[in-house]
Amino acid sequence: MTWDWNYTGEILPDLLDGLRVTVLATVLGYLIALVLGLVWTLLRRTPSRAVNQAVRWVVEFIRSTPLLVQLFFIFYVLPSWGLTLGALTAGVIGLGLHYSTYTCEVYRAGIADVPRGQWEACVALNLPRRRAWQDVILPQAVRRVVPSLGNYLIAMFKDSPLLLAISVSELLGAAYRAGAETLRYLEPITVVGVLFVIVSVLSSIVVRRLERRYATY
Amino acid sequence: MPPIDPPVDPPVDPPADPPADLAPSASVPEESPEGRRLPAPGPARPADGAPGIRFEKVVKRFGRNVVLRELDFTVAPGERVTLIGPSGSGKTTILRLLMTLERVDGGVIWVGDRPLSHMPRGGRLVPAGERHLHEMRKQIGMVFQQFNLFPNMNVLRNLTEAPVRVLGLSRDEAVERARRLLDMVGLADKIDAHPSQLSGGQQQRVAIARALAMEPKVLLLDEVTSALDPELVVGVQDLLRDIARDSDLTMLCVTHEMNFARDISDRVLMFDRGRIVEEGPPERIFEAPAEQRTRDFLHAVLAS
Repeated sequence: MTWDWNYTGEILPDLLDGLRVTVLATVLGYLIALVLGLVWTLLRRTPSRAVNQAVRWVVEFIRSTPLLVQLFFIFYVLPSWGLTLGALTAGVIGLGLHYSTYTCEVYRAGIADVPRGQWEACVALNLPRRRAWQDVILPQAVRRVVPSLGNYLIAMFKDSPLLLAISVSELLGAAYRAGAETLRYLEPITVVGVLFVIVSVLSSIVVRRLERRYATY
Repeated sequence: MPPIDPPVDPPVDPPADPPADLAPSASVPEESPEGRRLPAPGPARPADGAPGIRFEKVVKRFGRNVVLRELDFTVAPGERVTLIGPSGSGKTTILRLLMTLERVDGGVIWVGDRPLSHMPRGGRLVPAGERHLHEMRKQIGMVFQQFNLFPNMNVLRNLTEAPVRVLGLSRDEAVERARRLLDMVGLADKIDAHPSQLSGGQQQRVAIARALAMEPKVLLLDEVTSALDPELVVGVQDLLRDIARDSDLTMLCVTHEMNFARDISDRVLMFDRGRIVEEGPPERIFEAPAEQRTRDFLHAVLAS
């Protein structure tokens, strides 16, 4: 089988459409993961034992079950309880929820890394707890975790083809449909691979820039 | 000072809304079952001046290790007291208790005529809640061995953050105050620098300015020159001598620099294993110590 450039040109617009959906799902899912992960981390630090134990088990549960199962659950099971979500919405929530359990761990480690003396200085200056978190602890913790968070962005991007299983028309889905029509899979699937490489490499360049920016105060 | 027993019966019902901080009530296990009675007011406090400090049977332990056992001592308003003694003798713990970085396991700490570790409630003293601590901490500032400047802020913001957020100063007022203090510590040109660009001695001078920006009435100095290279020690000590001379702060200082202790203090307390073994004016303690423990300690420190 030889490479057909005309065919490649024909399917490229559909594949780029698919890529757009993939990138959109990744970015939105990542934002959810960033925010929700922080929420888990902060809840785990509340004085209430009931709350932090509950959160601990929820997070452990989500982290220990496969993303694909969670996507199926959100898309196919929730509707029977009266919560019907569009495929893309379900996919974004699934990705965000799953990865929030990883970002949670990253934040936790970053916060634990802020020296005790920083907290003590906040007490000595009488800064209220919320201020101490917002102005002193979190800015330092985030700095420490930019590299790990960046890696999860790329990992999540590479997990996004799983959304195909709940019929989101993302990149791999677009390639699959193109192939199914013509029974030629070489070009579409190869282009998918190339596009993933391009986006991943671009992302890691951005991540490395951010790292460098945050590495110095 | 004997506690007055006010004629109040112990309340039958617990307070309606115990603050969350009460939950680990193990923080005062030394308490008698009927609760602690309000003792007499602490040392008299001159209007608007620095408050005195009183430790009353203060107990502090870490796990099974009892660091302070029923420690009693007073610091007069405006007095400069240096705590010396071998490491592990409880000196730093005393400063940390005053800064409310640790909770007492027994006894009461008074600042001025108000309890610091506790708050009055229904004629008795209960462990202090966060709001009470916040109120009391306004009078107290601390300088740490490791400086603890905020590395994510420049020098100016290190100095203005708390005055703006806590004291409610306007930005302009806070900046004005920061400039004045940086001038005083000789670092006016570093106002935009980040802590990582400063030497240890400069960082410690900024940390001193930051503590003073809150206008405390009690200043706690916890081995403030121990982490500095020898050639930077003098600058920080000179600064603190000036502050001691020009202010009426009550100062508690933990240090291993005996010359500095001699210059700065009205009184020296020698600690060993959570107790005061000897106290007196610096000249007497350093030149004619009465206790063998003090002599041994001074001998060891001066030999090093």
